[in-house]
Amino acid sequence: MKFAVIVFPGSNCDLDMYHAIKDELGEEVEYVWHDETDLSGFDGVLLPGGFSYGDYLRCGAISRFSNVMSEVVKAAEAGKPVLGVCNGFQVLTEAGLLPGALLRNKNLKFMCRTVGLKVENNETQFTSAYQKGEVIQIPIAHGEGNYFCDEETLARLKENNQIVFTYASENPNGSIEDIAGIINEKGNVLGMMPHPERAANDIMGGSDGLALFKSIVKQWRESHVSHA
Amino acid sequence: MKKVKVYVTLRESVLDPQGSAVMGALHSMNYKEVSDVRIGKFLELQIEESDRDLDTTVKEMCEKLLTNTVIEDYRYEVEEVAGK
Repeated sequence: MKFAVIVFPGSNCDLDMYHAIKDELGEEVEYVWHDETDLSGFDGVLLPGGFSYGDYLRCGAISRFSNVMSEVVKAAEAGKPVLGVCNGFQVLTEAGLLPGALLRNKNLKFMCRTVGLKVENNETQFTSAYQKGEVIQIPIAHGEGNYFCDEETLARLKENNQIVFTYASENPNGSIEDIAGIINEKGNVLGMMPHPERAANDIMGGSDGLALFKSIVKQWRESHVSHA
Repeated sequence: MKKVKVYVTLRESVLDPQGSAVMGALHSMNYKEVSDVRIGKFLELQIEESDRDLDTTVKEMCEKLLTNTVIEDYRYEVEEVAGK
């Protein structure tokens, strides 16, 4: 399986994402600069964390108009897996690929620590290797991770099981219903504030994030193996 | 040439923790009559004359890029700028 790691000016988790795919998973991965105009050669798209365009105006607001983003939209429409982590999640909401928005943390502080995440939905192509209700330890590092949406959207998220991860014990940012990660209705675009790529090997302090990437690859293998 | 002043604030349904912190500070300074503080952004655009309708263009810019209508409201004022 071949992944694209999108690199915006100001991305800073692109190397971690690349490392997780190449060294921990042993899959193919390439960096793709934000002004590229073709993602057709890739099977999955990863939008890393960081401060694209310095978070100017709003987090993700400017990146969302990069050339590559129309290709990301195409990939999402084609049903390819698209994962946005942290700033990548913010870009996905700004681009309208996921509902809602990320506000400034309620306590106005940049939160950088490892948190417990509850897997609310393990029937997605990103979480099939986890157990439902399992609590995993994943680092967060953000100042604007306070997920917000209107009540109508929240009701729809619940109804369709689109809330994939919630903060298990403490809510670090004030997000509505303790939401840490959501998926689109179709089930192929996941956005989350915590960083699974920073928990990809025990040497990093934990490896609970690896199963997320393994889930993606497993699903892809199963749907691309010829049944002949 | 026109100068367009765009004011962006968080929607009323959205908590503004910065505004609350500032209100707390004002209260502790004994300005108890302050009942709400909302912090927003102010953008000033200089816009050349063109065949496009100014209001339509400004609204488009506000809704596509300058604000996120999921969480923000905006209003704007247009001023005439004397020719260079």
